[in-house]
Amino acid sequence: MARLIAKSAASGLLPIRIGTVTLTEETPAAITALMPFAGKPRALSVALKAAHGVAFPGPNRSSAKGGTRVCWSGLDQAFLIGDPAQADLADHAALVDQTDAWAVLHLEGEDAAEVLARLTPISLSRDSFKRGHAARSLLGHMTALIIRTGAQGFTILIFRSMAATATHELDVAMRGVAARAALQPPP
Amino acid sequence: MRITCPLCGDRDSREFSIRGHETYLDRPAPDAGEAAWDDYLHLRDNPAGETAELWYHGAGCAAWLRVRRNTVTHEVLKVDLVRDVTGGDHAD
Repeated sequence: MARLIAKSAASGLLPIRIGTVTLTEETPAAITALMPFAGKPRALSVALKAAHGVAFPGPNRSSAKGGTRVCWSGLDQAFLIGDPAQADLADHAALVDQTDAWAVLHLEGEDAAEVLARLTPISLSRDSFKRGHAARSLLGHMTALIIRTGAQGFTILIFRSMAATATHELDVAMRGVAARAALQPPP
Repeated sequence: MRITCPLCGDRDSREFSIRGHETYLDRPAPDAGEAAWDDYLHLRDNPAGETAELWYHGAGCAAWLRVRRNTVTHEVLKVDLVRDVTGGDHAD
């Protein structure tokens, strides 16, 4: 029997810290896509609340309870990130295990929004993209799921195959922001 | 150009791709005849002004949208989920 070596998506690439910003990898135990059956969104939300303590999110929203996060991820779809989905949710929704399909990156620091703004076309202003907000958009040329987790923190989901490219793009953006900050003398 | 997705909100056009005129929502019956299928597949107006098109929000929520817009001013007048326009029915 072959002994397989478990490797995370960004294994050997992260963490990195440049200027005020750190980029780390998260390795949730499971990522499950929840796609409610026709007429079942409400029943799914009730079951989800009972099973995992979080309701099915509206568009562009995310919430977390304990170590488990639920995040809207598209038309009639949300991701349950953390605990594996309990089996009874399958009464109300199609469940698809996507654990190994995504690289989960976390960008944190004073200039995190400035770094991310170099790569995504969405507005990251604290007024329009608040804690608990999420968006499907682009990171460079890659489709991404971006979640604001705090005043200076973002969790970014990228297709696993693009983990190295995403890490590189973010690394370049972090260097750019740090270099610009170094040019400006403090007032 | 920016498109206000009914789900995602105001977004840059790079997140979307265009399919073509909203004619694609009115697929003829299989036995509708050559003229109807020729019209459906090939014949399009090229209006200078208001038109309605199907756009796909591929880098966002993955919804199909019907976008009413002005080809002269690039103004986007109205955006609906195709699902709401068709009542959820789709031909294929």
